[in-house]
Amino acid sequence: MAINKMFFAGSGGQGILMMGQIACSAALIENKESTFFPSYGPEMRGGTANCTVIISDKTISSPVIFESDCVVAMTAPSMVKFEPTLKPGGILFLNTSLIHQAPKRSDITIYEVPASEIANEMGNSRIANVIMLGAFARNTDIVTPESVEKVIHDAFIAKGEKIVDLNLKALNYWKG
Amino acid sequence: MNKKVLMKGNEAFSEAAIRGGCRYYFGYPITPQNEIPEYMSHQLPKVGGHFIQAESELAAVYMAYGAGAAGGRVFITSSSPGIALMQEGFSFLCSAEVPTVCLTVSRCGPGIGGIQPGQADYLQATRGGGNGDYKIPVFAPENLQEGVDLVYEAMELSDELRNPIFIFADGLLGQMMEPVLLPESREVICPSNIRTQKPWALTGYGADDSQRNRVLSLRMYPEELEQHVEKLFKKYDKAEKELVRYEAIGVEDADVVIAAFGSVARIAKEAIEILAAQNIKAGLIRPISLWPYPYEAFDMITDKTKVVISAEMSMGQMMQDVKLGVRDRFPVRLINRTGGMIPTSIEIAERTKKILEETGGQ
Repeated sequence: MAINKMFFAGSGGQGILMMGQIACSAALIENKESTFFPSYGPEMRGGTANCTVIISDKTISSPVIFESDCVVAMTAPSMVKFEPTLKPGGILFLNTSLIHQAPKRSDITIYEVPASEIANEMGNSRIANVIMLGAFARNTDIVTPESVEKVIHDAFIAKGEKIVDLNLKALNYWKG
Repeated sequence: MNKKVLMKGNEAFSEAAIRGGCRYYFGYPITPQNEIPEYMSHQLPKVGGHFIQAESELAAVYMAYGAGAAGGRVFITSSSPGIALMQEGFSFLCSAEVPTVCLTVSRCGPGIGGIQPGQADYLQATRGGGNGDYKIPVFAPENLQEGVDLVYEAMELSDELRNPIFIFADGLLGQMMEPVLLPESREVICPSNIRTQKPWALTGYGADDSQRNRVLSLRMYPEELEQHVEKLFKKYDKAEKELVRYEAIGVEDADVVIAAFGSVARIAKEAIEILAAQNIKAGLIRPISLWPYPYEAFDMITDKTKVVISAEMSMGQMMQDVKLGVRDRFPVRLINRTGGMIPTSIEIAERTKKILEETGGQ
């Protein structure tokens, strides 16, 4: 792996920026370089939210990207916006609970994850992002699932073991 | 174990200020730097420091004047329109020789403009908007580590120089996250040692107990004010020689040299890699000090170069200094975005290629 450029995208309140930050924290554990740049502006719950994440073995110059290796789309508008940025051979993760239209590209790898439905089955709609993050970690070579587990453990331990367990269960739920 | 921590720019700059010895912060909220007052409000009290949300930016800069005159180590921050409101205070701080570190996380203008990144406050920062003859050293980081190091260093430099120091970041650096290595906490100037460390400060006594200190910017007698301004400019002349900083990459054998600062410089570095893959040699001059400007860096450019480009998020404010550095030896062109649009590396690379073709290059 040399350099991986990606977008995490969805709507405000889905924990999109959290996904990007967890990916960067996992990269740090692996002694990799990373940058995270959130869209910021008139964002609000229900509005659009996205972040640009780069994870690399070497120093990262531009934190702004014009093409991507990976896109994680949690809503339909975010798929429409970011699918075209994927390089041929790139990876697209779709939250099929909320994305009912098919992607246009045939030169990319697609993972369909019903993240929101799984989250609802697990009794907490807010953990769809962690379910998707598990799918992301297991199906790319960007960060390891073990690093992501450690970050999630450290991030939620202050809220108690129960919250940590719920998140770790969510992380490992979807096996594709 | 990696000792680096993943931090947001605004929070990393704040922590650097605290570790640099800042114990007084005054500010008024404005995007995209709101994480700074938030961070300072909960972290400064933990180390015995003081956070005050001022009623306006003008109030904040004068609170800095007061705390700085009393010997405290002060940090103030804002973003473009807020920095505009502080301009009067910067002139007063310089005149009264009160140390203060000021950070702008600049956004796009003019007017209230927008909240996305911009560099169109270059002239505001380097030329100033306050009255009278004064100078403020300005440093512009390209990444969070450099920003942390510059804020940390500025805390000391400002005291040494008895002058404000300005750090010019932008919304991209303020909002982004990347791993940083934080410096060790410095020993803090506290009320009990202010008199020895800053004998000029207002502690109620003079250094030798004989007369009280005065920190002022009003001088009614022309002879006295002229002497004072000349004294200030001796200080600025020294700073102008000693504080010049820049990074130069591949300038000597470049077909084209790009000058860029701050976040645009790191985007330009990727553009230079794209151009190299197409056998176009592009060099980079990255001013770190915006005042004093590294004019001498442009003397390294050889006759092999066809054109010099200023890449920036403004309508060409830095290009004025690039032209002063180039001294008509080469044509100077602009690659810019404004309004909060951030140029991508591919865009800078393609526009550079086009300019090179137009100016008789490849």
